[in-house]
Amino acid sequence: MKAFADLYAELDASTSSNAKLAAMQDYFRVTPHADAAWAVFFLCGGRPRQLVPTKLLRELAVKSSALPQWLFEECYSAVGDLAETVSLLLPPSEHGSTEGLAPWVESRLLPLRGIEPEEIVPRLLPLLQQLDRRSKLVCIKLITGSFRVGVSKLLVIRALASFGKLDPKRVAQRLVGYTDLSARPTAASFQRLITPVSDNGEDEHDGGQPYPFFLAHSLQLPVEEFAAQIGPPNDWQIEWKWDGIRAQLVKRKGQLWIWSRGEELVTDRFPELAPLAGHVSDGTVLDGEIVVWKDGQLQSFALLQQRIGRKTLNARLLEKVPVAMLVYDLLEWEGEDWRQRPQSVRRVQLEQIVMQCAQPQLQISALLHGEDWQDLARQRASSRSLGVEGMMLKSKAAQYGVGRTKDVGVWWKWKIEPYTVDAVLIYAQRGHGRRASLYSDFTFAVWDAPADVAGRRLVPFAKAYSGLTDDEMRQVDAIVRKTTVEKFGPMRSVTPTMVFELGFEGIALSSRHKSGIAVRFPRMLRWRQDKPLAEADTLDTLRALLPAVEMQPATPQGELKELW
Amino acid sequence: MELIVARTEGLYCPPGNFYIDPWQPVDRAVITHGHSDHARLGSNYYLTAVPGAGILRKRLGEHIRLETLEYGHVINHHGVTLSLHPAGHVLGSAQVRLEYKGEIWVASGDYKLEDDSTCAPFEPVRCHTFITESTFGLPIYHWPPQAELTSDINAWWRDNAAHQRTSVLFCYAFGKAQRLLAGLDAEIGPILVHGAVEPLNQVYREAGVKLPPTQYAGALTDAAQLRRSIVLAPPSAQGTIWMRRFGDYADGFASGWMQLRGTRRRRGVDRGFVVSDHADWPGLQQAIAATGAERVFVTHGQINVMVRWLRERGLDAQAFATEYGEEEAESTLAVASADDASSSSNTTEPA
Repeated sequence: MKAFADLYAELDASTSSNAKLAAMQDYFRVTPHADAAWAVFFLCGGRPRQLVPTKLLRELAVKSSALPQWLFEECYSAVGDLAETVSLLLPPSEHGSTEGLAPWVESRLLPLRGIEPEEIVPRLLPLLQQLDRRSKLVCIKLITGSFRVGVSKLLVIRALASFGKLDPKRVAQRLVGYTDLSARPTAASFQRLITPVSDNGEDEHDGGQPYPFFLAHSLQLPVEEFAAQIGPPNDWQIEWKWDGIRAQLVKRKGQLWIWSRGEELVTDRFPELAPLAGHVSDGTVLDGEIVVWKDGQLQSFALLQQRIGRKTLNARLLEKVPVAMLVYDLLEWEGEDWRQRPQSVRRVQLEQIVMQCAQPQLQISALLHGEDWQDLARQRASSRSLGVEGMMLKSKAAQYGVGRTKDVGVWWKWKIEPYTVDAVLIYAQRGHGRRASLYSDFTFAVWDAPADVAGRRLVPFAKAYSGLTDDEMRQVDAIVRKTTVEKFGPMRSVTPTMVFELGFEGIALSSRHKSGIAVRFPRMLRWRQDKPLAEADTLDTLRALLPAVEMQPATPQGELKELW
Repeated sequence: MELIVARTEGLYCPPGNFYIDPWQPVDRAVITHGHSDHARLGSNYYLTAVPGAGILRKRLGEHIRLETLEYGHVINHHGVTLSLHPAGHVLGSAQVRLEYKGEIWVASGDYKLEDDSTCAPFEPVRCHTFITESTFGLPIYHWPPQAELTSDINAWWRDNAAHQRTSVLFCYAFGKAQRLLAGLDAEIGPILVHGAVEPLNQVYREAGVKLPPTQYAGALTDAAQLRRSIVLAPPSAQGTIWMRRFGDYADGFASGWMQLRGTRRRRGVDRGFVVSDHADWPGLQQAIAATGAERVFVTHGQINVMVRWLRERGLDAQAFATEYGEEEAESTLAVASADDASSSSNTTEPA
């Protein structure tokens, strides 16, 4: 455990990628494979379900430090991280445990799940007191499932690749599914990650392993420059950018798996896709988007949200919110990896597969055509009413790459501009992690009536915390402190003085919000220091953005009809 | 009778008719220490502890009308008996003890309990009423021992030197810098300082504090030597073009705020060293208990927390509104201002 805590401290301390790579390689070199297996799991974002309710961790800290509850809360609010707060408040202890990460996770931490609440504190405290402060922090983070440190999965892949003298793409491939919730990494699974490539040059696909997802870059150019920068539309395979859940459908040896982009196995969450097992041949992997699909029409993402996160799906929900998979790429066919073939070749075969499958749950993402980029830009303007996020441009020659790369071909996402309104900051809350003790999480409001109505009020409608530079954040923090009206817990109300341009992706009516409106992905685009408070937008401005009628289906265009 | 009250000009002693660390110009000012939120220009007469005279003149000017008092020596002013006692914060820092008609008050200014060899160690003074700071008044703050700190810094420097990377350690120019210097192992490599730090080193040396040899960063031109060196610079130097001369350097930040991962990450440095001239939570509790005071006034920092905590422990605790970097103490701005707000005015390097 100490070795892993030291690695964590080193990764956390450094801002240099090379130093982090070196730290991980050193760790892999000297650590037993069983421990390294878990280290890779956690570093890549794997998290076991929460082992101990946070309420009990608070209780543990309060009891063992003999502090009053209110003082614990003050500390938590200053630190902004529960695990760190607890580790700072537990009585200091010498590091006594010599056991590695694997025995800690497997025989001490995982068994904590499900034991009686009253037994947890007496059992956990002596465990934690075998650790020094650093290891305590890491250990509690593993327990709460909030373990995060400044390394990307890509960096872990690079470290493993250079440690095993392998191509990073190979390691990425082997890592797919490694952090799945049900995964229990062992010495053998670590061994498998770094083992030399076998003689035939291929790793065998065991079971339902998907491929690493290929991700798009965002295209931020005025449309006039498209032709000069990326050539004519004819070089590109153009589709709508669907607003759903990115997924891979894997069919091998009679079985079907669905993987989300987070490399989580989600087969069980979409039972309506299960019958496809009987209509797609073995050795097929398709990439696409899961969307709500009813009566042959695409439905809004808001509906899909009702299904996301539900552990159990009842018949009513399945009937109300049925899904389909809109596929747009073919990664494996007849057991063969097709990712190196050009996009256009993969597309032709994909169309064949969808046609032969002939099931309503498997749809193909239609191709779009235009005379020139201006023509396409006009079509793109209808994105919102169609319920899509813009267009995808995929180079017809592109191979299917790994992650957000451009080395073997490129995918562009040509997204529509977000909705924007000018809103007033009315509440502020201290942030977490890097923003601990900075007022960085804000609630924004718009006016409930036009400027000429006396006594009009500000109505809160969105929370946002991203989009400001560090410098702006510091300035806003200072203003929040100076203009505080009231404090309630970690929250402060302020005298309204600041106007921000907020951007968001979607807007819908909501009975749960005071304003009657819910927005999606709100964030700050600009601090409108030039804008007086009175000129901030009104609730009517927001309402005018609501989709006027039910969404038009996006499908009756392109070649889908020809396929059917 | 109240021996100290908060007035708009600063903390005021009515029977003695003088102020302690006033933030506006007054007739008579007793100065606890030379940090700029405590020692301000414009008063007619100043009184401070003997070891603090050099700093005060350096900062407020040679012309100020300054009287000095040895630690523990007593003077009488309008019937108020006044003496100064070491606060362990920076060179010359003092707690002010006032006695009038059998009533004893101590205003502690800023203080720290652990002895660090660059200033006289904190001395507990019994009193009826104690005025305490609360910069780090939360139980999450507890400093590692000095020995551990210096060995951590030297190990970091040694490792960087071995990899031929200059070590840049950001710290406040007055107090923190000298304390860190005193712990550096000069065997590892050259010790360089920013132009804001060296004049204060001079004052410390003149006061008889032993510091290792230092030179201006600009004076060292040998590239190999530069890569083995450690540089002490004020936080305001971070991200300026002054830093370019060090190439691919490793940087660290020395402050009590580094206790928290969030503050350290916001600073964007490779290493945070947890060290402060202020008392940590156990230090504050210990200092308050050692005075035997039944009444405690709490100033700058975690005022509400400390007042509530002390009241729950049966003490008569109250808040004292001051202008010693109040509130900012909990913000990130505090990283730059609470330990020593003065460094920023003094950071340009001489040509």
